Amino acid sequence: MSTLLEVSGVSVTFDGFRAINNLSFRIGEAELRAVIGPNGAGKTTFMDIVTGKTRPDEGRVLWGDKSQSLLKMSEARIAQAGIGRKFQKPTVFEDQTVQENLLMALKKPRSWLSVLGYRPVASDLARVEELAAEIGLVEALSRKSGELSHGQKQWLEIGMLLAQEPRLLLVDEPAAGMTPTEREHTTDILVRAAQTRAVVVVEHDMEFVRRLNCKVTVLHEGAVLAEGSLDHVTANQDVIDVYLGR
Amino acid sequence: MNRSFVAKNPSVLIFLACLAVFTLVVTILSEGFGIGVVSTSFVKTLGKTLCLCLIAVAMDLIWGFVGILSLGHFAFFGLGGYMIGMWLMYERTRLIVVESLSQSDIPPTAAEVTDAIGNQIFGVVGASEFPLIWVFADSLVLQLALVVLVPGLLALVFGWLAFRSRVTGVYLSILTQAMTLALALYLFQNDSGLRGNNGLSGLQNLPGVTASQDQVSLWFLWASAAALGAGYVLAAWLVWGKFGSVIRGIRDNEARVRFLGYSVESYKLAVFTLTACIAAIAGALYYPQAGIINPAEVAPIASIYLAVWVAIGGRGRLYGAVIGAAFVSLLSTWFTGGQAPDIPLGFYTIKWVDWWLVLLGVSFVLVTLFAPKGIGGLFDLITARRSPDRHGADLGPDDGALREQEAGR
Repeated sequence: MSTLLEVSGVSVTFDGFRAINNLSFRIGEAELRAVIGPNGAGKTTFMDIVTGKTRPDEGRVLWGDKSQSLLKMSEARIAQAGIGRKFQKPTVFEDQTVQENLLMALKKPRSWLSVLGYRPVASDLARVEELAAEIGLVEALSRKSGELSHGQKQWLEIGMLLAQEPRLLLVDEPAAGMTPTEREHTTDILVRAAQTRAVVVVEHDMEFVRRLNCKVTVLHEGAVLAEGSLDHVTANQDVIDVYLGR
Repeated sequence: MNRSFVAKNPSVLIFLACLAVFTLVVTILSEGFGIGVVSTSFVKTLGKTLCLCLIAVAMDLIWGFVGILSLGHFAFFGLGGYMIGMWLMYERTRLIVVESLSQSDIPPTAAEVTDAIGNQIFGVVGASEFPLIWVFADSLVLQLALVVLVPGLLALVFGWLAFRSRVTGVYLSILTQAMTLALALYLFQNDSGLRGNNGLSGLQNLPGVTASQDQVSLWFLWASAAALGAGYVLAAWLVWGKFGSVIRGIRDNEARVRFLGYSVESYKLAVFTLTACIAAIAGALYYPQAGIINPAEVAPIASIYLAVWVAIGGRGRLYGAVIGAAFVSLLSTWFTGGQAPDIPLGFYTIKWVDWWLVLLGVSFVLVTLFAPKGIGGLFDLITARRSPDRHGADLGPDDGALREQEAGR
């Protein structure tokens, strides 16, 4: 499988604290990957680096078939290149309807001039409807997204990510605060999404990771501690030490 | 613009209708063309108020919709006024100079005329040479273009520097204050080329126009009303579609918009520059009605008043900004003009000329605390009363116990 994203030898220091320490990571074109690790392992910082929010002190981040470096690109350019990100806390535009949220995320020209002249055509509205069906929000299309429940907001954000049609999806704790049924639904959406694109899921909950049934990367103190199937990494003595304490 | 824009924004039509009725009524009551109930000076006050409403629309666009609290938009307003004022003053002085020189025996040369105009205009600051910035002052067309170009360019450069460095929130507000303060201080200097603290005066006299002020005041009222109407429609159109969706997104969560792939900085810059141009046009219409412009007009306090108007009117809705600007500035004219009756308390007499600012400050605080939607929020009360959102058809006595879906209607 060809590599979509390759992070190699990346280090970041915040005020002397090494948040990421010589981290290397790669993911293929259509792959589902779970990233686990204790608090402060650098999971969110890792996402910040890939999406351009944080600039690493050293290392390389290469993207796509042409192995383009992401380090020089702005957040908006990286997002346009095909990397979508879901935050830990659901961040949707609460003042706007579900439909407006999804329309804004839809993959269309992003410059202000083209947005100024943009009017949704029938195919765009149909696509929004289709996405809403996938995340179970068809009924709520014209509702303000601020009125939605926590779980629905999480889905709306996942829906917005899918609307962007990214080649790589970075998902930070998608199941936080969800009921068991909602979790199952979220797993389905992510597994389905990973059939056509790369998906990286950061998660604390082992049960959730088990249901994803994919390769797992364990981070600890800013570096990769172990990688493999969930059973393989949970059998690893280092991982047990990190998670359960020495 | 298409039909669905008007259909989905009925408030735009209502606004335009109100504006048209207002203009018509003032015209009928005026001294210039009507029955003479409303004095010319009050027509000018109303015309100026319309210009203030226009800059309030611009302020609402940048503050209420993009979330940038700019405390410097009166700098653009004043610059627009200066640009048109330069032509008005130059041309009128030229006509006077040519008139008086024609009395002399030898016809004056072009250089003599220019020198005489320079003497007339700059004598007050002890100079007679035309500074470089007056190079286009003899051309109305060029000077009109500069009304938009100079403030637009200033906004573009300032905004590019500020937004590119990701300056946001209160820091950006302070930067905009600094900008308008720096401009005011610069203009106060005698060698700024714009007559220092004397400013430009006599702007109410249109060169070559023989009509009386009674009529000229109405022309400006109409022009101001037209500009306000056009600016309002433009702003409503901007905030309506996907562009509006994106800028409101920037207001609520800038980082999220960025991760959706939108270049937040270019959106901010576009709206900032556009609102600066709208403010400049408003200023270019305002100062010929005021008759004089001086650097005190671009002092930081003016831009703070602007924010107060929009806050009291209700930011985030365009008609709120218009109502706030009209209401507060007219009230301010009433209180500070000595028309408001003093309140004798026995031991102390409240003179509104002194106490108006205190009243304004208190009402600003009260509105912010207890009615964050401002005056515009009152319209919500009316619409909520008229059509309560109960969702259901009247099922009548038989089906009354059923839910709407059960009854199959």
